[in-house]
Amino acid sequence: MTNKTEANVDPHKVVGTTGHDWDGIAELNTPLPRWWLWTFYLTIIWALGYWVVYPAIPLATSFTKGVFGWTSREQVVKDLEGLNTLRGPMTAKIEAASLQDIAKTPELLSFARAQGGAAFAVNCSPCHGAGAQGFKGYPNLNDDDWLWGGSVDAIHTTLQHGIRWDADKDTRSSMMPAFGKDGLLKPNEISASADYVRSLAGLPTEKDADLKLGQKLFTDNCAACHGETGEGNQDVGAPKLSDKVWLYGSDKATIIERITLGGGGQMPAWSQRLDSPTIKSLAIYVHTLGGGQ
Amino acid sequence: MSLTTSFDPHLDEPEAPLYAARKKIYPQGVSGFFRRTKTTILIITLGIYYFLPFLRWDRGPNAPNQALLIDLPHRRAYFFFIEIWPQEVYYLTGLLIIAAMVLFLMNAMAGRIWCGYLCPQTVWTDLFMAVERMIEGDRRTRMNRDAEPMNLETFSYKLLKHSLWLLIAWWTGGVWVLYFADAPTLVKDLIQFEADPIAYVSILTLTLTTYVFAGLMREQVCLYMCPWPRIQAAMTDEYALNVTYRVDRGEPRMSFKKATHARSLGETAGDCIDCQQCVAVCPTGVDIRHGADLGCIQCGLCIDACDEIMEKIGRPTRLIAYDTEVNLKRRKEGLTEIFRPFRARTILYMAIITAVSGVMLYALLTRAPFTVSVIHDRNPIFVKLSDGHIRNGYTVRIANMLPSERIFTLAVEGLHDAHVEIIGGETLIDGRPSVSVGPDQTRELRVTVRALDGREEEPTHLEFTIRDESDGRTAEARDYFRTPHSIH
Repeated sequence: MTNKTEANVDPHKVVGTTGHDWDGIAELNTPLPRWWLWTFYLTIIWALGYWVVYPAIPLATSFTKGVFGWTSREQVVKDLEGLNTLRGPMTAKIEAASLQDIAKTPELLSFARAQGGAAFAVNCSPCHGAGAQGFKGYPNLNDDDWLWGGSVDAIHTTLQHGIRWDADKDTRSSMMPAFGKDGLLKPNEISASADYVRSLAGLPTEKDADLKLGQKLFTDNCAACHGETGEGNQDVGAPKLSDKVWLYGSDKATIIERITLGGGGQMPAWSQRLDSPTIKSLAIYVHTLGGGQ
Repeated sequence: MSLTTSFDPHLDEPEAPLYAARKKIYPQGVSGFFRRTKTTILIITLGIYYFLPFLRWDRGPNAPNQALLIDLPHRRAYFFFIEIWPQEVYYLTGLLIIAAMVLFLMNAMAGRIWCGYLCPQTVWTDLFMAVERMIEGDRRTRMNRDAEPMNLETFSYKLLKHSLWLLIAWWTGGVWVLYFADAPTLVKDLIQFEADPIAYVSILTLTLTTYVFAGLMREQVCLYMCPWPRIQAAMTDEYALNVTYRVDRGEPRMSFKKATHARSLGETAGDCIDCQQCVAVCPTGVDIRHGADLGCIQCGLCIDACDEIMEKIGRPTRLIAYDTEVNLKRRKEGLTEIFRPFRARTILYMAIITAVSGVMLYALLTRAPFTVSVIHDRNPIFVKLSDGHIRNGYTVRIANMLPSERIFTLAVEGLHDAHVEIIGGETLIDGRPSVSVGPDQTRELRVTVRALDGREEEPTHLEFTIRDESDGRTAEARDYFRTPHSIH
């Protein structure tokens, strides 16, 4: 603040100037209203109130809990309860209806798809991808090629009991032998089998491929599960080999790798983790991605 | 610009205060043309505000019959014959553009007349002041009462005043919520304490803000809280009409006696007799004779006050008048006054207003009764099927804005031999999948399109057409079909 002299008072107005002068332009010294100051003090008091009411100050091993003991965790639990109450009537309807009825009723279908989509994002997308597009070894759920069946009931069963999930006694299991690793087939036999598998799907084979040997080996070792023409068998989760969809890849090296190592993928049994309406919704969601049968 | 009379700046003290207490303003009652204009506008605007929610408008079944209704739970807004869906919020954008341009045009024509006549802050403050004058008396009485120590009489007057203010504020808040629900039903629910708690909270909040802003803070809102005075000062020009003290006529100011004496001697005397009436009636406490002022809201009440005095002393009226800076200067130079309502900025504002209104009107008149929108699956972009076909998935949303249920068929064109399926879809009509959409509803569908992999390098354009089977009207949306070769 400068000392106020007559020269420091704006001649047209009754308000003083700060005494600062920029090329003849003076700065008027207009004081702030006092209520503004009180409002400012009030916000400070309000902030102090927050310290008292809410968890605020960190201590050595814990923190001040606030007078009402409010926690964000309890808030989440409360919010979730509220949400469940809100969804209660629809969830009850999903629980009561058969999968086929859900698919036929637009109201239930859209609810199940929304709920299933949300559950999918949390539980399934780590393996199957955000859009259920799958990855190498993890099936794409959009296409029409199903390992264990693509009807809504089959999908539901898969979801409930998982695949090769020993913790569930109803899980579905099958195991392709590790033909190479366990020495069941010699490398040249595996190569011939791989060539033959490619030919089943109409893919080009190498010039010196011994398809005769391949066919013989296939009939002896593979056809029991994969079928004589590679048509697959959903009862044992044996993939169809004559189509355009490949779980691990259709190049020869990948096929040799699969024959060598055998085995199969695993999927958790979700009935141990999710409630029944959610699993039903998931089945509907996956079925309506486009490939459901 | 300064806030001259609102503060006591303690000019004698060596240090100016950082914070100043508000100097209470006691606006005096006044009568005249501008007062009558203000009162008329006050009655009209408040009349609209308080009674509009009760106006009915028949929209037939399946739609509310309230003329103006913002239905937040159902995401609809109704304005007479117009029904706005959330995706049509651009009408609101257009409305806001028009509102801003009208404000600018007003400013270019006659300064802050919005502030003086139409702004809710002004209208409610004016109403509260009228109540104050009715209960507590005019300026002098109120000043005298406040100067005395509080006694029972003053206290009871003040109590009555504040009670009436709170009552008005309560009505104001009460009416606000009626725009968001069926008014007669809500009034009944409110009285029976069955309305949504949010309605009561809104009413309480608006009651308090109305009471505080119009009763207690008044001109402080204009001076410290409102951005418009700051913006306005940068947007005005010398041709805009502003409430102006005509210095050329008024000065040198002197008492009526002195002026009469001076004139009898043939000396010049200003018309201003320094009676302070213009200051006394000002609702923001401005002395207009200091020139353009941040606090001046252009309400013209000082014109009424000054005219009354001028008539009494037999001098021409309009010593204070809506005047332009350019004419103030021209009169000093002895030139004739000029008025230029059509200037570059006013023409521009009018052009923008016309253009935006035109576009809005066109959009409104050609507004589709139903729409379709398509979103391509982001992941996966395409699906290879076991027989080598390629399938793309889409989320198709049909919005039926009509008040009755409609059956729509979906056709997808642009791909040879494409197979279109609505998942969970319904019966085919002429080989095309169809769905029904309820009145005033949106339905989201999952649609798949399957075709041979044509190995196209570029995504194929698809045209999704929905057709209302009852009258053949259609709506279209475009998207793409992508294959492993065209996923870029």
